[in-house]
Amino acid sequence: MLEWWDGFWATYNTVVFSIGVNAMLALSIYLTLSCGLLSLANAAFMGIGAYTAAMITMNSGLPFPVALIAGGMLPALVAVVIGIPTLRLSGVYLAMATLGFGEVVRVIVLNLEITGGPMGINGIPQKTEWWHILLILLVTLYVLARLRRSKVGRAFEAIKADEVAARLMGVNVPRYKLLAFVLGAVIAGLAGGLNAHYTFTIGANNYAFENAVDILTMAVFGGTSNLVGPVIGGTVLTLLPELLRGLNQYRLAVNGLILILVILYLPKGMWDPRRIRAFWKRTKAGKIA
Amino acid sequence: MLEQQLINALSLGSVYALFALGFTLVFGVLGVINLSHGAIFMLGSYAALLLVQQLALPLWLAMLAAMVVSGLIGLIVDYLVLKPLRARNAPHLSPMIATIGVAIMLTNLAQGLFGAENKRFPAGTIPEQSMTLGNVHITAVQIGIVAISFALMMVLLVVMRRTQLGRALRAIAESPKAAYLLGINVEGLFYLTSFAAAALGGAAGVLVGLSFNAISPFMGQPMLHKGIAVIILGGMGDIRGALIGGLFLGFAEVLTVAYVSSDFRDAVAFGLLFLILLVRPSGMFGKVLERKA
Amino acid sequence: MLQLTKISKNFGGLQVLQDVSFSVPQGSIFGLIGPNGAGKTTVFNLITGLLRASGGGIEFNGQNLGNVPAHRITELGIARTFQNIRVFKEMTLLENVVVGMHDHLNYNVVSSVLNLPSYRRMEAKARERALELLSWLRLDHKSHMLADSLSYGEQRKLEFARALATEPKLLLLDEPVAGMNSTEKTELMAEIVNIKQRGFSIFMIEHDMRFVMELCDRIAVLNFGRIIAEGTPDQIKNNPEVIEAYLGKEEAA
Repeated sequence: MLEWWDGFWATYNTVVFSIGVNAMLALSIYLTLSCGLLSLANAAFMGIGAYTAAMITMNSGLPFPVALIAGGMLPALVAVVIGIPTLRLSGVYLAMATLGFGEVVRVIVLNLEITGGPMGINGIPQKTEWWHILLILLVTLYVLARLRRSKVGRAFEAIKADEVAARLMGVNVPRYKLLAFVLGAVIAGLAGGLNAHYTFTIGANNYAFENAVDILTMAVFGGTSNLVGPVIGGTVLTLLPELLRGLNQYRLAVNGLILILVILYLPKGMWDPRRIRAFWKRTKAGKIA
Repeated sequence: MLEQQLINALSLGSVYALFALGFTLVFGVLGVINLSHGAIFMLGSYAALLLVQQLALPLWLAMLAAMVVSGLIGLIVDYLVLKPLRARNAPHLSPMIATIGVAIMLTNLAQGLFGAENKRFPAGTIPEQSMTLGNVHITAVQIGIVAISFALMMVLLVVMRRTQLGRALRAIAESPKAAYLLGINVEGLFYLTSFAAAALGGAAGVLVGLSFNAISPFMGQPMLHKGIAVIILGGMGDIRGALIGGLFLGFAEVLTVAYVSSDFRDAVAFGLLFLILLVRPSGMFGKVLERKA
Repeated sequence: MLQLTKISKNFGGLQVLQDVSFSVPQGSIFGLIGPNGAGKTTVFNLITGLLRASGGGIEFNGQNLGNVPAHRITELGIARTFQNIRVFKEMTLLENVVVGMHDHLNYNVVSSVLNLPSYRRMEAKARERALELLSWLRLDHKSHMLADSLSYGEQRKLEFARALATEPKLLLLDEPVAGMNSTEKTELMAEIVNIKQRGFSIFMIEHDMRFVMELCDRIAVLNFGRIIAEGTPDQIKNNPEVIEAYLGKEEAA
């Protein structure tokens, strides 16, 4: 029994780790979506976090937690700097600006010496344990859940529903948008730091447009009504490529198709409490009748 | 030396402008940012390549046919993906996200079908002639690019400004509901616009493919990013803006590569993008983003 | 309480408001009427900071509203409802109203994350108050339903309750009875009188003459961006310029 487990773990531990990391990434973009913002910058923030954490563990004697925290904080700083000017614009501009930002980060990282240029960083010490990921994921979920039920969460929802009305109810819209954006960057950065320390090597092209789209797909597919959706989305879309090994070449096409189908037919994603409740009601009524 | 760079910049800028034109047309009339425009640009290029390779069509005919093919793809995307979203009045971000899905899908499928490596046009397809004026070297391809791009842009401008069709399109751009009440066939014109915009994108694709003699499934992505920068620079939904913005970007890029460093060429577009967003978000000619229903 | 002095507003070349002056006394119900397109909603937008005046000044309880951003207007005590209803559709009635209390919930992020007693207390009080406000408008039995599921008239009442949640001194109502049937109008009329008696001041824009004449203590009339009359309902009813503005020159003659 134990042998089986050891074998399983040896082969699939990265998949399990990835589920946790992807769940966090999906949550990071969910946070911005819950405020009505489409940010395609979270892959870049993940990258910034990953590089920062990796460079700290490899070049300084500082312990892993410090590296992780730095990996969460630097993206936050960057988010503040680019957020303040771009968040005043409407959602569509923001999406495009964040898309562009992601590209700029990628190009810069690709060309800098200290980030290893096109070769990226190799030989990152394997410091991530399963409980690191679980702990940080749970803390993230807890904090987000609490925020949702507080005036912060309500402010986000109000902004998403109607910015003007929210403003006139006393909600400082720019400040809350920045909060959502920065928090999302922190979570993505932490995920990046965790991820870097079990994948051994990272490169600028791990944090490119396709990855931002991956993250978006996870959140949209899982559902953006509450926190469960992104976790489900992250899990399913991490496992899917494993299950569809044969179609590996077309993984991105499948992602794209999923995105289209979900937007067209399941706009609230898979985990949509209202639709599920309505479904139950209909089945129950069907049974009684 | 500078004059040579200017020629290169003109050629590059014209293509950027042509690409951005289709993009901004869809935004202006349909109110949607169609992020699959880059993928369609790429498919236009492949279409021309295949027509030349397999059917040995002359270049000019292949290009026309490629435009039609791209146009049809754009039309299909509109019909299958954008139209249902229009019909149920989906929030703004939905068409954007959906077209991201289309872009990723088309790119990946192209990679699977055609392979990831760069493909070249068969030898002899691309005219080799060039001329030299003083110390400036101009290739036939560059002349063709500038000429064709400008020709297509002029056609578009004339249609928009001088024809009944153009008036109808501008009315829709102001307010689809009002246009509908005036008896304009809004849905039909949406299809037409999608077709035309995609055709223009495909044309740009063919021209770029010829210009570098390199066609790859990944050529759409960077182009899309440039297109975004151009329309934000020039003002979303504004044709003059796409024109001038495209040329401006072409010049900025070429001059950066020549006098600063070629590594950061792709970042120029975004540097400009951020700058404009900070200073004048509506772009050079932009109008209000919100439009009435 | 609210004083507009020589307010003008132009958009590009279009002069929407010119030389607009009037004052809304405390504790009254004040009405602004005028033909469509006269500029009434623009006045509201200027007061609530959504637009900046091109000239003139607006004072509220002695404070100049010129540079106050929209989200700080509620701090000063002005709340507003909208002509085209802007409730938060996917939130429940209760949540909609609680958003109105945003400014008054003085707990910080840390206490909400740690679920501290101060946070819990304030949240509970907020919900209680929200329920109370909903009951003033006879909507409390639907407090857990989504705002989207309400009828048009009920959504208007919800907006009203939400505006009250900001603890305003002055309520700006933009066409509060538009689209309502006469029963709903009568109900709302009674509720507005109720609210006034609780100490709120009300400033409304409305088209329904009967509603305005019966309810308002004072009325100002706006036509083509200018104030053409101000006074009690009786004075306004008999003012020839007002009649002319609404009915056209021939009828008045």
